[in-house]
This record gives sequence, C-alpha cells and structure tokens, in this order.
Amino acid sequence: MTANRTVPAASRPTRSDQRPASWLARRVPRTRGARRAALAGWLFVLPALLMYAVFVLQPLALTIQYSLYRWNGVGPATWVGLSNYVTVLRDPDLLGTVINSFKLVLFYSVVPVTLGLLTATVIHRVAAGRFGSVTRTVLFLPQVIPLVAAGIIWGWLLSLPGLVNQILTAVGLGDTTRAWLGDFDTALPAVGLIGIWVLLGFCTVLLLAGMSKIDPALFESARIDGASWLQEFVSVTLPSLKYEIGVCLTVTVVAALAAFDIVYVSTGGGPGNSTAVPGIQIYILAFLERQVGLASALAVILMLLVIVMILPIQRLSREDRS
Amino acid sequence: MRVSRGEIVAGRALLLGTMAVTVLPFLSILTTALHPSGTLPSGLEWPTDPQWGNFVDAFKVANMGVLLGSSTFVVLAVVPVALVIATMAGFAIGLLRIPGARVLLVLFVFGLTLPFEGIITPLYFLERELGILNTRFAIVLPLIALFMPFGVFWMRAHFVNLPGDITEAARIDGASMWGLFWRIHVPLARPAIASLAVLMSVWTWNQFLLALVLVEDPAQRTMAGALGAFQGHYATDIPLLCAGTILILLPTLVLYVLFQRHIIAALLQGSVKG
Repeated sequence: MTANRTVPAASRPTRSDQRPASWLARRVPRTRGARRAALAGWLFVLPALLMYAVFVLQPLALTIQYSLYRWNGVGPATWVGLSNYVTVLRDPDLLGTVINSFKLVLFYSVVPVTLGLLTATVIHRVAAGRFGSVTRTVLFLPQVIPLVAAGIIWGWLLSLPGLVNQILTAVGLGDTTRAWLGDFDTALPAVGLIGIWVLLGFCTVLLLAGMSKIDPALFESARIDGASWLQEFVSVTLPSLKYEIGVCLTVTVVAALAAFDIVYVSTGGGPGNSTAVPGIQIYILAFLERQVGLASALAVILMLLVIVMILPIQRLSREDRS
Repeated sequence: MRVSRGEIVAGRALLLGTMAVTVLPFLSILTTALHPSGTLPSGLEWPTDPQWGNFVDAFKVANMGVLLGSSTFVVLAVVPVALVIATMAGFAIGLLRIPGARVLLVLFVFGLTLPFEGIITPLYFLERELGILNTRFAIVLPLIALFMPFGVFWMRAHFVNLPGDITEAARIDGASMWGLFWRIHVPLARPAIASLAVLMSVWTWNQFLLALVLVEDPAQRTMAGALGAFQGHYATDIPLLCAGTILILLPTLVLYVLFQRHIIAALLQGSVKG
C-alpha cells in the first residue's frame, strides 16, 4: 500500500450508541429468535473475518513463530529462542536500519506536516477561490501515483546529469553537484526529499480541509484583539487542527517506518547501508539471504515500533474529542 | 477576511513556487523521454528532434497491453469482493450490533497500521504451500484480506451513524436480514461504498511489495509491480525508462484529472474517518 495509510478508530460515542437497545442490539440474546438473529449476523461477518484470519492474522502469528527459529526457508528449522532478537539489537547493520527509519520520520513526517501547515495557511488566507483549488489539485498529484514511479522519477532527477544538479549549476552552486542518491552523506536526506515531495500535498490538503471547518468568528475576534498572523496561527489555527495534525502525523510516521517502495527503487538501501530501512532489510534477509528467522525478528520489531510511535499520537490528538 | 495586497502577491508567489516543485519532475521525465533512446540528456532540456516514437517502443518493450490487462484483472478481482464482504461485516458490526461486535471491531482496527513487511515473509511460504505463488491470486487473496481492517472500519462508520428508524421500518415490513441488507442498506450506503471503491482501486493499482515478492512474472503483476521490473531491465536507457514510466502513469493521471474531486475527497475521508 502506498502512503495512504489510515488511522485507528476512536471509539467515540456515536448517536446510535445512545439508542435504546432494540432486539437487534441486545448484547446477550435471550430468546430463540434473538439467538437466530445473532447467528445470522455472524454469518455476515464471516467472509471478511475468514479472509482476515487466513491471510493477515495467520501470517502475523507465523512471523512471531518464525522469529524464534533459525530457518533457511527449505530445510528443517532450529529453535533458537530470542537469539534472533539479540542479533538484530547487536548487529550495527540491522539496528542501523531502525535508526535510519527514525531519521526518515523527520523527513517524511515533521517536514511535510510543518510545510503543510504553512502552505495550507497561505492557501486559506490568500487563495480561497479557484487559485486555491488548482493549487490543491496540483499539490495532491504525487499522492495518487505509485511510490515506485516517484522513486524512478526522482532517481533520475537526483542523478548526476539530472534536473537538481542542472538547477544548482544554473544558480552558481555548481561545486555542490553530485549523485545525490549515490553519496554516503546525502543518500538518506535525498530519499527523505522524495518522501517530502510525495506527502506534502496530502498534508496540505488535509490540513486545509480542517482549517475551512474553523469558525470564521474565531479569526475575527482574534483580529479585533489585534493579534498578529503568528499569534492568530498559534492561538486559533493550531489548537483547532489538533485532530487533523494527528492524522497527518499518523499517516506520515507509518509511511516513514514502513518505507519500502521508494527506497527499493531509488537506492536499494545503498550506498553501503546508508539508506537501508527495516522493510528493505526484511526483504533482503528473507528472500535473498534466506535468513527467515532473522527477517521475522526484524519484522516483529518493526511492527512494535509502529504501534509504540502511533499510540501516543492518537491519544494526544483525540483527547478532547471523547 | 481582510488580507493586504502585498500578502496576496507574496502568498500566491509562494504557492506558484510549490506547484512548480510538484510539477517540474513530471516535465523533466517528459522532455527526457523525447530524447533519442540510449542517450543521456540533461535534466530539463527540450530535444531538437522530439522522439515521440519512444513511447511506441516503450509500449512494446514494456508489454503494456498485457500489463494493463493484468492490472485490470487484479483490480477487478480484488475490489468487488473486498467491497461486498467489508460492507457485510460493517453492517453486522455497526448496525446489527451482533454479540461480540466490539471485540470484532478492535480485532479489525488492530490491522489498520500494520506494515505489509510485517507479514510478507510468512505470506510467501503460506502461498507456496497453497500452490498459488506466481499466479495473480497470490496478490489478489492477501490484498482482499489486507483491505479488511480499513474496509470494515469504513463501512461500520457508515452503518453506525444511520438513524434508527430506517432499520425499524424495514424490520416491521418482515424483510429478511439478507433482503434488508441488499434492498435497503446497500443502496443507501452507495456514497460510502463508492469512495471505498476508489481508495481500494488506487491502492491495488499501486501495490508494489506483494507483487514483487509473490509474483515473479511482471506480466502477472500490478502496474506498480511491473514498473519495478521495467526499471530493473532498462535502468541504463534513461529516455526509454522515462517513456515507460509515463505510459505506466498515464492511466492514473487521466483518471485523476477526470475524477480529482472524488479521489481527493475519498483519500482525505479515508484518513480522517474515526
């Protein structure tokens, strides 16, 4: 899946939660008819649950199981306990992928959300009409193309004869030109740049939608109080956008931690291990080096990492809403 | 809102700059694609003799006809099935409130932020055992399953907000639950289902990891998966690679221009709904 990842539900009380229980809603079926209705209801869930159990929950359990064995994918597997996890945490190359993905969070998440806030504010203030909607459409474009395509396009742009170096030369920065994705120092920020390009439009449009829901009277009263645009931004815009910012952070953090497509296409994890992220390393370990146990331990760590990063964001952005 | 003239000019200039950064990469691969195959042009340079024939070559080399067919097959196999079973489950959890609905919801929501890399390794071995590795079903079946957390969550959000009297009326009518679902609730849920269809189609078309790992033959993959293979083969012939990339992007771009309002709305709702 692309960067369009989604966010866990809040179990906000909804209108129907307060509805008096009908025979359909009763938790414990008491009569025969109710039991039959509950059974019929379960039949509705069954296909979805079955697919989910076989092709998501089962592999999930298997990942955990594999992570406790040494296995090459073909022969017999040997029980090794937690030693795969110890290897991941001790091996600088493997642990390095986790550190790289934290650095990517900065590019994929912090920068697009900050720039998105800025861009959305500008659109909201000076381009309410047609100009604004054209901007929205254009900025959103990278969000609908495959990430693989973004990787290929930027692989070319950031290459030695590519557009980035051409522009740098044109503005007199010719001596900074290089193969950005092939240089140990710049490869990771270059991959991050691709992520910014992909995610900025998404964050902008989402935050803009949130801004248009803010009561204009709030802005008016801030202005009557003589607030500067910065004060207005801090005291009116930011607090009202808490939820949308939370959504942006969730989507982009998941995109950073689970990055695969862009890295695979643009650098393959190199040069050296400078852009290797867990997703790439899992692929290499499992399918090229046949170290299924080690790959699975890294996969479990990746999944835990996502949960650990996402939960506090969710909690913060939703705290006033329930 | 009162905004000064200077701010309008400065703000719009900033927006134009941002738009340029978004669009320039596309222009760069377009001009590059028009250079003679095998040459190494610079980033943005209109060729003296545009080689429109590169697109024909790339179409042939990339086997575009077959790729379009394969991607369309995968989308048509994934999306309708995923829509029907997600809507049914959303109906049972959100509206029928079957016993255990809350636990089921938590179970599905748990999968929402799951990185595909987390389960790709066992999926490979699982499919090897099932004998579906390297067929289109190797992508189709797990993709349907991986869409369930979002699909069920999305449809449940629709059904849980329905006013109670719709259900009551249908029940008094004596309609069976199955009939009630198809005759009343599916038609009523059409907007929610349509947005979900847009989202699932885009995600399927762009799916890369599953295609890369589970299907070796690019002709059986999704569009994104095929593009990855194309890059592997033609990484050195930049004009041809750019022409191929444009061809593979074209269907998405055309659909985006035609339905941009719906696509943006769907993708946004998709992430905000909660």
